[in-house]
Amino acid sequence: MRWLNRPASETQVTHGQRLWLYILSGVIMVWLVAPTLIVVPMSFSDSQYLEFPPEIWSTRWYDHYFGSEEWMAATVTSLTAALLTMCLATPLGVLAAYGLHASQLRAGRLIFVALITPMMVPLILVAIGAFYVYVKLQILYTMLGLVMAHTVLALPLVLIVTAAGLKSFDMNQEMAARSLGASRARAFFTVTLPQIRFSVITAALLAFLTSFDEVVVAMFISGGDNATLTRNMFNALRDQIDPTIASISTIMIAITSGLMVLAQLFGKPREGG
Amino acid sequence: MSPAETALAASPAAAAAAAPNAEGLARDGRAERLALLGLASPALLLVLVILVVPVAWLFYVSFIGADGSFSLENYERMINRKSYARIFYTTFEISFLTTGICILIGYPLAYFLSQLPPRVANLCLITVLLPFWTSLLVRTYAWLVLLQKSGLVNEWGISAGLWEEPLKLVHNTTGTLIGMVHIMLPFLVLPVYSAMRAIDRRYLMAAANLGAGPVRAFWTVFAPLSLPGLFAGSLIVFVLCLGFFVTPAVLGGGKVIMVSMKIASNIELFVNWGAASALGVVLLVTTLVILWVAARFVALERLAGGGH
Repeated sequence: MRWLNRPASETQVTHGQRLWLYILSGVIMVWLVAPTLIVVPMSFSDSQYLEFPPEIWSTRWYDHYFGSEEWMAATVTSLTAALLTMCLATPLGVLAAYGLHASQLRAGRLIFVALITPMMVPLILVAIGAFYVYVKLQILYTMLGLVMAHTVLALPLVLIVTAAGLKSFDMNQEMAARSLGASRARAFFTVTLPQIRFSVITAALLAFLTSFDEVVVAMFISGGDNATLTRNMFNALRDQIDPTIASISTIMIAITSGLMVLAQLFGKPREGG
Repeated sequence: MSPAETALAASPAAAAAAAPNAEGLARDGRAERLALLGLASPALLLVLVILVVPVAWLFYVSFIGADGSFSLENYERMINRKSYARIFYTTFEISFLTTGICILIGYPLAYFLSQLPPRVANLCLITVLLPFWTSLLVRTYAWLVLLQKSGLVNEWGISAGLWEEPLKLVHNTTGTLIGMVHIMLPFLVLPVYSAMRAIDRRYLMAAANLGAGPVRAFWTVFAPLSLPGLFAGSLIVFVLCLGFFVTPAVLGGGKVIMVSMKIASNIELFVNWGAASALGVVLLVTTLVILWVAARFVALERLAGGGH
């Protein structure tokens, strides 16, 4: 155990003296991840009372989920809304981020703050506000309404991520392209966009997740044929512990992890490339 | 003088001709910048219609009484009725406790991560990021399953002889706090971690060189430098807690009622827009004031971005 007596940092504290920190951090890290991961094996339990480890393994709750018309409809709604939100929020956000960045006007700062307000306003207010407007506009419980509200929620993330990408982009390259005769739009699509693509991809994935995971706003403005998965899950949770939710949770964890891997693969410049 | 300048100086007419041209260019430049700013207008319009107009309307409705005229009754009700005072008390209590516990366990974790070599730290950060990305509803559900009477925590606790009767861990304040700390922790750890990474390690060497022991060097040099990050993280957590809905609704089992939940039930059960909007205005103003104070110390993007 010579390692324990080695200095661990610039201040010459030894690993032994900091052992408590390592143990504490390890416990916290396990505590952070374990609850979510433990749901996965539990969802394959045959019992009504989710067991861990399951005594009898089965896909009973998955069959129940895939066999239920209501759950399937909700899943389709959620996926559609998330995809459409991604397709709407990403261009709108990137356009705004680029405009604000390139104009370099003071007013841009104000507009930036205005566009990230959806992140600062408590969700319940967004929810009841949208509910009120949608009743007036008669778009309550429609896909259009849901996508618009989720787009507003996703915009701040797209804007922040894209703006960060633009900060490390040298705008002089665009000037060069334009001095060679490219229009502003062409310069953007052929020079700027390819270079900030990693930020844009990350932003798009974030927009998808924002919509897919959103509960509070969906509770108020989605319903009928267009109820989202999260809305139905939340309502089911309020009543009782339905084991079907464990299987849905597992699928959601899989989707999130898949998106995280995608973000790692395509949302970051590769080393040496 | 360069040849060009000599040429200009030699011909005043050319200089005069250049001046209106410059003015025109400046005008074009301004017009183009404004046009660029215009690219933000579709996004702005959407935020205006879906968020700003409805919230402004809520503001207005909060000042309208039951008889349809201007009145402060919605706000008076909040002050006079005990049940409302209780809700505000619960909201602040839960928010303070959650923030406090997050600081207590998040700060050491962020410190630990900041001491690791970057590659290892990135690997360990996955344990913070995975829950950060996982649906809040899924995590709340996981805690519900784990903490229930016949849940894993009780099962293991009893079989390990830690306690005899199943403890009531969920559908109360305890369960709410466990769930909320679990959900909020990444929001604290990420900004604190990035602040700690930015600290120049040579300061600590200097402190050690000047005779400070590890403990003293930490408290007099490292901790003060990490404070802005801690401040930013704590404020995000606190503000998010104030408006929280899902976790207290599920894990509180009706015993923990926070402002958001009262707003929701005012609309869903009683269709009382006046009461709901007044609560909403108070919640919004509190949130914005805290964020405004925070923005004096740290950039808003960092607050909003949670450090990633």
